[in-house]
Amino acid sequence: MSSAILPAASDTQSLTGAEIVLRALKEQGVEVIFGYPGGAVLPIYDAIFNQNAIRHILVRHEQAAVHAAEGYARSTGKVGCVLVTSGPGATNAVTGLVDALMDSIPIVCLTGQVPTHLIGNDAFQEADTTGITRPATKHNYLVKNINKLAETVHDAFYVARSGRPGPVVIDLPKDILIGKGPYRPAPQAEHRSYRPQTEPEAAQIAKAVALLKGAKRPVVYAGGGVINAGPEASALLTKFVRMAGLPCTNTLMGLGAYPSSDPQFLGMLGMHGTYEANLAMHGCDVMFNIGARFDDRVTGRLNAFAPDSVKIHADIDPSSINKNVKVEVPIVGDAAAVLRALIAAWEADGAQQDRESLAGWWRQIDEWRGANCLRYVQDSKIIKPQHAVKRLYELTRETGRDTFISTEVGQHQMWAAQYFGFEKPNRWMTSGGLGTMGYGLPAAMGVQVAHPDALCIDIAGEASILMNIQEMSTLAQYRLPVKVFILNNQYMGMVRQWQELLHGGRYSESYSEALPDFVKLAESFHGVGLRAESTDDLDRVIREMIAIDRPVIADIAVDQKENVFPMIPSGAAHNEMLLASGQITGGAGVTDEGTALV
Amino acid sequence: MPDPSDMTHRAATIAVLVENEAGVLARVIGLFSGRGYNIDSLTVAPVDAEGRLSRITVVTSGTEMVIEQIKAQLDRLVPVHKVADLTLEGPHLTRELALIKVVGSGSARQEALRLADAFRARVVDATTESFVFEMTGSGEKLDAFINLMRPIGLAEVSRTGAVAIARGTASLTV
Repeated sequence: MSSAILPAASDTQSLTGAEIVLRALKEQGVEVIFGYPGGAVLPIYDAIFNQNAIRHILVRHEQAAVHAAEGYARSTGKVGCVLVTSGPGATNAVTGLVDALMDSIPIVCLTGQVPTHLIGNDAFQEADTTGITRPATKHNYLVKNINKLAETVHDAFYVARSGRPGPVVIDLPKDILIGKGPYRPAPQAEHRSYRPQTEPEAAQIAKAVALLKGAKRPVVYAGGGVINAGPEASALLTKFVRMAGLPCTNTLMGLGAYPSSDPQFLGMLGMHGTYEANLAMHGCDVMFNIGARFDDRVTGRLNAFAPDSVKIHADIDPSSINKNVKVEVPIVGDAAAVLRALIAAWEADGAQQDRESLAGWWRQIDEWRGANCLRYVQDSKIIKPQHAVKRLYELTRETGRDTFISTEVGQHQMWAAQYFGFEKPNRWMTSGGLGTMGYGLPAAMGVQVAHPDALCIDIAGEASILMNIQEMSTLAQYRLPVKVFILNNQYMGMVRQWQELLHGGRYSESYSEALPDFVKLAESFHGVGLRAESTDDLDRVIREMIAIDRPVIADIAVDQKENVFPMIPSGAAHNEMLLASGQITGGAGVTDEGTALV
Repeated sequence: MPDPSDMTHRAATIAVLVENEAGVLARVIGLFSGRGYNIDSLTVAPVDAEGRLSRITVVTSGTEMVIEQIKAQLDRLVPVHKVADLTLEGPHLTRELALIKVVGSGSARQEALRLADAFRARVVDATTESFVFEMTGSGEKLDAFINLMRPIGLAEVSRTGAVAIARGTASLTV
């Protein structure tokens, strides 16, 4: 590792803007940039050419650059870094930025811009990038003065990773990149205006302890905020849940925050969550939400959500508290800090838990577990998608390798969430908030860059995978042995499922027509293609896929008619679930009002 | 604590102290439009000696839960220093400035002048056929005067929207 060609640090007046950018990235700990060159950012590419400290991964589409940086960030806890050119480079990145905003992923995205004197002139490859990305980012900057360049980059990294993390854009006009100016190291002083609260208030923690100790039917509902707070937060969550003997459910974003194999884990909650998790939420008397945001996919019908509960909500973002659901005990703070304080207060508190009621609550939960809501019947040679994911999980576990899973969006994503178990945080990359098809392949690529020896698998659908399939070329170039595991049912399965349940089985435009031959497609991208047609092939194909140290596409032909269950239909409550086709608990089913919801 | 079932709307005058930097007003306005909040009026101007800080006064309305959200969303914008709900925090002064052009002749002119005097509006421009009145006060007072001018020959109105400040020693500073 050497950056010898960059001028020495003391030589502060002789740096170009591009060199300032690279030095600031290096000071901020950036090791990898995912990017794509173009006219406006050529000076930065020139500076990249002249150094070895920072590695550049050339993607094949700017959207994929952002998703790759997201995968890198989510699997490492570091800030992901992206470099794209002006105009189309920036606009292509927007989907990735919004994805990172919705899922609170720290990203710094450098965008090229036309020279300052041309801004507003409709110049070639000009776009109002700061205007377009203002609602797509946590914050953005247009650098018009080279004297502010270094501090802007430092500021961007601070904003991206502090508080509730998110994407930040720095728009860099070409004349700023070519001009010369001073380098300034990262400031030691506090930020002028952005200082999010991380330590919780003791009085709120005390209220939470008193409520949880007195609870007869408690539940812990933990989300992505616990993952974002670092591995320590997940360890503290596990410690707290175990010492208090509480049932714990995770959101889609929170999978891995609590070990899935633990007997106190209820599985995922929400629209496709488990029967026991959703009924525990519905029936609880005290709910402890840490790092989740009462998303509509979790709550179902709001006026029927956990109707008899007192709610405690810990979140780093005060605007997430009392947004959808009124809570009695708001706690603003970082998840790790909250859990540390909670454990300390719990131990110091003299009051006894109502263990008898808790035991009764567990008996009730065990009864719900008896419904065995994730059962499926693999009774023919046609591979059930659930079975495919389950075998993938079991066979990857057998290898003992550190395994990272990403997904695209749709039925396969839900099956992955339901049937793949996560014991640790940062192993699960999925587009939760925005629901971006095409996320999984570039995200897995970013994970593989960060963890070269790990097993990185994108669980995909045959429709989603085509949205960023061009990244197979990037995998080949950098010898990234990402595995693409396609649950191929020849439908946009989730669209088809909703059409079946809500639109009278009119399968409008949801059939995957004219699909490529995925085996040949993999081969044409210098990878390996495998195909499983029946249950006889499944294990062999999975084992082969895992063993091959190259990019692999495993095309798994699965049952075309399978739907994701359990399901809380839109507009229904947690106790109104579809357990399987035609098997409804609690009544309502789909209402007209529900049909209007997304 | 806001009650989500409480659908009662209230008005809120919110003062926001922000970094005086490019795009900050767009961020605030985009926040309101993007999340579907109301803006009844909005004013902004630099307020410190160095010109580094601006104060935005937003008059909005919504349920208690929505107004809480508005404040929390404003507060998490990176260039925002402070957010104060003047309506909630106690006694405060609200003022608006209007320039009101009235065109006419004869007795209408006399009537306009007489009413302006009663409302303490100042004449800041006059021709033989027009007046421009300058008036400060609460929105209601301005409304009342403007409505009186309507039949007399109201031609044009330019209003600032509300600015507001808390009574007493309590001050909104960084």
